[in-house]
Amino acid sequence: MQQDRDIIHIERLYKSFGDFRVLDGLDLNLEKDRVNIIIGRSGGGKSVLIKHIIGLLKPDKGRILVHGEDIVPMNEGEMARVRRDFGMLFQEAALFDSLNVHENVAFPLHEHTSKSYSEIDEVVQTKLAAVGLQGMDKKMPAELSGGMRKRVGLARALALEPKIVLFDEPTSGLDPVMAAAINELIQRTRQEFGATCIVISHDIDATMKIADNIYMLYEGKIIARGSPAEIRENSDPVVRQFIRGEAKGPIKVN
Amino acid sequence: MKSILGWLGHQFLGLLQELGRIMVLFLQALSWLVRPPFRIRLYFKQMEFIGVNSLFVVALTSLFTGMVLALQTFYAFSMFGAESLVGATVALSMTRELGPVITGLMVTGRAGSAICAEIGTMRVTEQVDALTVMAINPVQYLVLPRIVAGVIMLPLLTIISNSMGILGGYLVGVQLLDIHGGMFMNKIQEHVTMADVYNGLIKASAFGGILTLVGCYKGFYTRGGAEGVGRSTTQAVVMSSVLILVSDYFLTALMF
Repeated sequence: MQQDRDIIHIERLYKSFGDFRVLDGLDLNLEKDRVNIIIGRSGGGKSVLIKHIIGLLKPDKGRILVHGEDIVPMNEGEMARVRRDFGMLFQEAALFDSLNVHENVAFPLHEHTSKSYSEIDEVVQTKLAAVGLQGMDKKMPAELSGGMRKRVGLARALALEPKIVLFDEPTSGLDPVMAAAINELIQRTRQEFGATCIVISHDIDATMKIADNIYMLYEGKIIARGSPAEIRENSDPVVRQFIRGEAKGPIKVN
Repeated sequence: MKSILGWLGHQFLGLLQELGRIMVLFLQALSWLVRPPFRIRLYFKQMEFIGVNSLFVVALTSLFTGMVLALQTFYAFSMFGAESLVGATVALSMTRELGPVITGLMVTGRAGSAICAEIGTMRVTEQVDALTVMAINPVQYLVLPRIVAGVIMLPLLTIISNSMGILGGYLVGVQLLDIHGGMFMNKIQEHVTMADVYNGLIKASAFGGILTLVGCYKGFYTRGGAEGVGRSTTQAVVMSSVLILVSDYFLTALMF
């Protein structure tokens, strides 16, 4: 059944900031155990959408079901329980800059588990090795490059073995080699850790390579959904212009 | 005329709104005081930052305040031969008024600004959101320990401030201006009651709450990158200082 495969189900979501409507009756179903990539223009509401999924923003109207539970009317305490299933990699990694790499990755483990220090250390070492950063424990975030910070951020997001991992523009601002490495990590997150990945991105080439499902967000709605092949064949002029990266077309540059 | 009144009204409403939001944050923080997890380590860390690290600057400024106070009162009192009361005047001024206020203002400059800049930076770099996403309440984790540390540490710092101020007064009055040392101390004992000291410490506690709460509030609602952090830090220092001096009047009128 379709419902069982959907881990997140969004219905008629509306959100405005002042007079500016960012989400305009958006419907979206995200499939379990897949790399789901939401593409769209910068400033087009992708970040706003992802912040709704994790409950950092509340919609003006609409429903957001996570594992079949509506998170919109939830209070902070209930939300905290739902968030235990989530990990999130922020755009600039959002590492705690008063803590070193080891402490950053260990942070959620200290807060949410009763593991001993040696058990936590073991988990931290595994996660750091998984993102290729073993031996960097004592470095402070300020000493790391952008790509390293994002990998530490991913190790931290994976520390509690979340069922869903959100990626906010994971490759923006990185060199092509580092971007490719991060993209590979996203695929491995699904394969090795068995997590559903939700990625927002405007990097079309990478999206075509790693996505199982692609969703195109435009003017507050999802206007196309499908596998990379299906999106490539899509006849909607907006989708065509976006994935080909053309300046001329129905999408206005302003 | 109408536009001036309109502007004033607008400013006043803005101020009320802001004070309301500060109160909401305060109540949120209070509600977390009794809910687990209790991260004792965070409280001690903040007490060290706000209290211990402010010790030197509070002691130094209080010493000089006491010294200048002795100098000025000696000048005035010598006109009618009341030099022996310099000690009592310095001690009363310090315990009732200057000790708490100087401590409050110095800690605002040193720690209040740092609290705001730190939390503001965490806000604009999404570290506050990262806490929320990790199911850790940022008010409980960031705001509450700082407020508690301020309320506890400011009275302690004020005790140091009072002592240093009186010491400064003694140095200038007795060593420099030749007031009799026994007389100086005797008049302090005669005129300063424990109520003067306690009430001063209660004020200091209130100032500690104000400066940490305002610093946290301004940091917590920072918008707009590095520039935004700078702006809210300035606002935090100005607002804390103003609130400390205004509340000082009302607390004094209420207590003494």
